[in-house]
Amino acid sequence: MLEVSNLACSRGDHRLFSGLSFSLYPGQIMQVQGENGSGKTSLLRTLCGFLMPDEGDIAWCGKSIRELDEAYYAEMLYLGHLNAIKDELNALENLRISAGLAGVELDEKEAIAALRRMGLRGRERLPTKVLSQGQRRRVALARLLVSGAKLWVLDEPLTALDVGAVAQIQELIAEHLARQGMVIFTTHQPLQVAGMEMRCLSLS
Amino acid sequence: MKKSSLPSLIVLVIRRDLLLAMRRRADVLTTLIFFVMVVSLFPLGVGPEMDMLRKMAAGVLWVAALLSSMLSLGRLFSADYLDGTLEQMMLAPQSLSMLVLGKIAAHWIVSGLPLVLMAPVLGVQFDMPVQSLGVLIVGLLLGTPVLSMIGAIGAALTLGLRGGGVLLSLLVLPLCIPVLIFGTGAVEAVSTGLSAVSHLSLLGALFMLALVSTPWVTAQALRISME
Repeated sequence: MLEVSNLACSRGDHRLFSGLSFSLYPGQIMQVQGENGSGKTSLLRTLCGFLMPDEGDIAWCGKSIRELDEAYYAEMLYLGHLNAIKDELNALENLRISAGLAGVELDEKEAIAALRRMGLRGRERLPTKVLSQGQRRRVALARLLVSGAKLWVLDEPLTALDVGAVAQIQELIAEHLARQGMVIFTTHQPLQVAGMEMRCLSLS
Repeated sequence: MKKSSLPSLIVLVIRRDLLLAMRRRADVLTTLIFFVMVVSLFPLGVGPEMDMLRKMAAGVLWVAALLSSMLSLGRLFSADYLDGTLEQMMLAPQSLSMLVLGKIAAHWIVSGLPLVLMAPVLGVQFDMPVQSLGVLIVGLLLGTPVLSMIGAIGAALTLGLRGGGVLLSLLVLPLCIPVLIFGTGAVEAVSTGLSAVSHLSLLGALFMLALVSTPWVTAQALRISME
């Protein structure tokens, strides 16, 4: 369970938000809404521990994430604006390495199955520099399929994706929630998850 | 799917960086060619006076190694920073310091080890005696990893800065002076008939000190750069 209490965050001299409190329980999904520059990405990066909050605390299962550190990182997955894939490597190598960094050893078969499910059949061994923007995003999103993390923090997961891929991401999120996972995400595109109540957090 | 342990994670980071270096061979060769060029220019510029060349050999080789190791430092973290891999490394369920150590090891294999292997060939240009060459190589083997480790701190601190390259050299070069002094000192000691052990043990001590402290300091610097 993720608990955020009285969180305040600023970039430079500009206060983005303050007094922010919410909790996210297993099986719940939350969308962070707000205009450009309202601090959505900063909030998600604070949840990852990249940014230090000015005030307040973030707790995972009752303990501060600062104390938990690696134990917390083992249970969360962050997908940011940057895809974290290397142009020089092919899709398969990229996926296996990024899963490895997240602490999951993947064999080739599992990685290929995940890439195929993301609609990259036949592109597994191409260098990612020849792939389109949407296909690269799919390589990055394939991490969702192979991760054992409970909490997904997704920053604009749908950018550059086509309609089919968006539907697939919705399906993935629904499966994850059904496994008692948690999702917190931002998007400017409509995202519907069947049979789930979408909680909204508005930053202004 | 199974969970990976700390050693396998370090091996993964090293293998990944070596694989990337193999795919971007030009970067690796630049360092080595720079080293060879700088060292080879000295005999041409100074003239073929054996005594003088023999005296300056160790200094020239060490300074060239120092400068060429600066060349590749800027790339140590910048590519990973720009494409977001560094973010993912910070979220790895293992200590960031250990991942940093893996990256430093890979950096040394790519940019330090070739210099060590090339040094004896270049030493012959300066008519270095075999005994001095041996000490030079041992010194370089102990010293170049220290250059990579100290350099990593500078690379992490200047991450994402414009003109970071110049700042990096200003930060790192003064810190590398002890390595230079003991490295050249060892060769000089041997050529004057003394034992090189004291110089080499000091280099070894620097290596151990750097091994213990720099990965942690670098990891902290990376966290600051990510904010």
